[in-house]
Amino acid sequence: MNTASASLRRWFGIIIKEFIQLRRDRLTFGMIVGIPILQLLLFGFAINTDPKHLPTAVVVSDAGPLARAWVAAMKNSEYFAVSERPLGEAEAGEMLARGEVQFVVSFPPDFERALVRGERPPILVEVDATDPIAAGGATSVLEKLGDEVFTPLLPGYRPPAGKSVELRVHKRYNPEGKSSYNIVPGLIGVILTMTMVLMTGLAMTRERERGTFENLLATPATPFEIMTGKIVPYILIGLLQVTLVLLAARWIFMVPMEGSLLLLYAIVFIFICANLTLGITLSSLARNQLQAMQMTFFFFLPSILLSGFMFPFRGMPDWAQMIGNCLPLTHFLILVRGILLKGNGIETLLPHLWPLFAFIAAVLALGVKTFRKTLD
Amino acid sequence: MAPAIDVRGLNKHFGERHVVRDLALQVEEGEIFGFLGPNGSGKTTSIRMLCGLLRPDSGEGQCLGFDVLRESARIKRQVGYMTQKFSLWDDLSIAENLDFVARMFDVAERSAAVAQAIATLGLDGRQKQLAGTLSGGWKQRLSLAACLLHSPRLLLLDEPTAGVDPKARRDFWEQIHQLSAAGITVLVSTHYMDEAERCHRLAYLAWGQLLATGTPAEIVSARGLSTWIVRGDDVQRHSSALRALPGVRLVASFGAELHVSGGADNGLGGELARFAAANGLAVAHGKPSLEDAFIDLMQNTSDPLAA
Repeated sequence: MNTASASLRRWFGIIIKEFIQLRRDRLTFGMIVGIPILQLLLFGFAINTDPKHLPTAVVVSDAGPLARAWVAAMKNSEYFAVSERPLGEAEAGEMLARGEVQFVVSFPPDFERALVRGERPPILVEVDATDPIAAGGATSVLEKLGDEVFTPLLPGYRPPAGKSVELRVHKRYNPEGKSSYNIVPGLIGVILTMTMVLMTGLAMTRERERGTFENLLATPATPFEIMTGKIVPYILIGLLQVTLVLLAARWIFMVPMEGSLLLLYAIVFIFICANLTLGITLSSLARNQLQAMQMTFFFFLPSILLSGFMFPFRGMPDWAQMIGNCLPLTHFLILVRGILLKGNGIETLLPHLWPLFAFIAAVLALGVKTFRKTLD
Repeated sequence: MAPAIDVRGLNKHFGERHVVRDLALQVEEGEIFGFLGPNGSGKTTSIRMLCGLLRPDSGEGQCLGFDVLRESARIKRQVGYMTQKFSLWDDLSIAENLDFVARMFDVAERSAAVAQAIATLGLDGRQKQLAGTLSGGWKQRLSLAACLLHSPRLLLLDEPTAGVDPKARRDFWEQIHQLSAAGITVLVSTHYMDEAERCHRLAYLAWGQLLATGTPAEIVSARGLSTWIVRGDDVQRHSSALRALPGVRLVASFGAELHVSGGADNGLGGELARFAAANGLAVAHGKPSLEDAFIDLMQNTSDPLAA
């Protein structure tokens, strides 16, 4: 009698069956191998919490050798990539709003004279502090730049009371450097990416898996009606989620809301559409709900890590930034932070709006190509 | 009157596999037409091509007066298709399922039609029950009710009674005959011989090819079979010896009997009489059944690809 005792042969049978099934399920196998490699690459090479070479604009009203020496010292620190073109104050301010530069450094008109006289002239450093972590390292480097920059140029110069210049750092858009100002608006994008892609992905594959899709196709309903009809409820769910996060942002985390809410919702709507088209497309590629879930995960992981949500975008190498720029979340984060924290208007947002439309168009083209009107 | 279904030369491939070959089918209006054949013979594929769920690779013809290749959208509006597997929504209630299907077909007076369907089903108190919790027989009745909501002219039923108890099957066929009497054409696929015998006409499909069509009686007589019933103690013991007798085409067990069939006039009767006498068995002349005819059809034709 062998009913109660364990059988090694039986046990091996289960192990072998499990391996056979695992090998047949290509996508799961891909995940087992792909996810560790993807994470290694992203965490090992792409992520850098102390970004260098941050774009910096310099407004020099007094282009003397002393100001130039200070700028050269900034460059030498490797934290700043200073644009060579001389800029006006207004133009530099716009670049900061658009997020093209992280720092604007301004020297007052009579900087050199005041310095020589020992009047401790101010250097104004405006920081885009929407992401306080990204700017943290560079700001602390600035504070260390000091008298040794000027002493070789001014023989016999003695800085007054230890400091020759007064460094005025303005943390714009987030003066207290709260990371919640950065994270909470970003969460809108992360939550939408996860739920919209996943829910639509599941909605279509569920019909296919349960066999109800055949019934749906046997009715006069057209593919267009089916696809759009399935999308609309999720648009509403997405808008509801956004409203919840915004309410929490405003009343719990006290995140400022500088820009137009209407504009924000318009952008959110476009972003939702981008994610829904991806979800629908994945669902016509996936054969069942599990595959749809796995594909969503493959999209979600780089979205979280490479979009600038968790780690500073500018800290990543070029290849990672290129991947990041293909993800709708990257652009949405800049847009939503721009509206909420900077109060940006539509014209400032355009450079990050068109990539969303490009994403929708590309994914939609793929989706229409793969959508099966019949059961073929 | 033009036939409800009139198609010629329908072909369908799935990759390398040629699943339906040159299917030609005429089904008259108001007829109950049975579709028989082994698993994988192309019955479901043929039905799906008729209602526009699959596009034939080649072929021509019309269904309810519409072109099967170009007008599948119009065909769908007048066809009720019942899938082999229950394909209504498990997580919708009975009423919600019917209401959804009625909306899909733009049924006029929708709520009245749904209420009527629920009353006809006898599910008045249970319309809020989820469809997924129904038993197999009730799921089948609900599916049929959903197919009938938009008053189709043609019903395509793909193994509608698989897994349904005998009483429910009988009720189901009563309803099919009532619908047929009301002028609705029914094309139904089945594996059950008793159901096949309830059809006006039959088609037998194997390896994607139509091997026989006609009334049940025509199909049986076309095989030219003679059948004898062999009885006796422990008769099953002799089945392989009987199978080896010259001229025997089929031996089938029915309880304490063996049904032995062969061609019409090849002296099998004498052969069997001698065998029975030698083994202490009794032989009587029987009538070949539809099942005998189908088994014979299947055994004496072969897969054109395997040849």
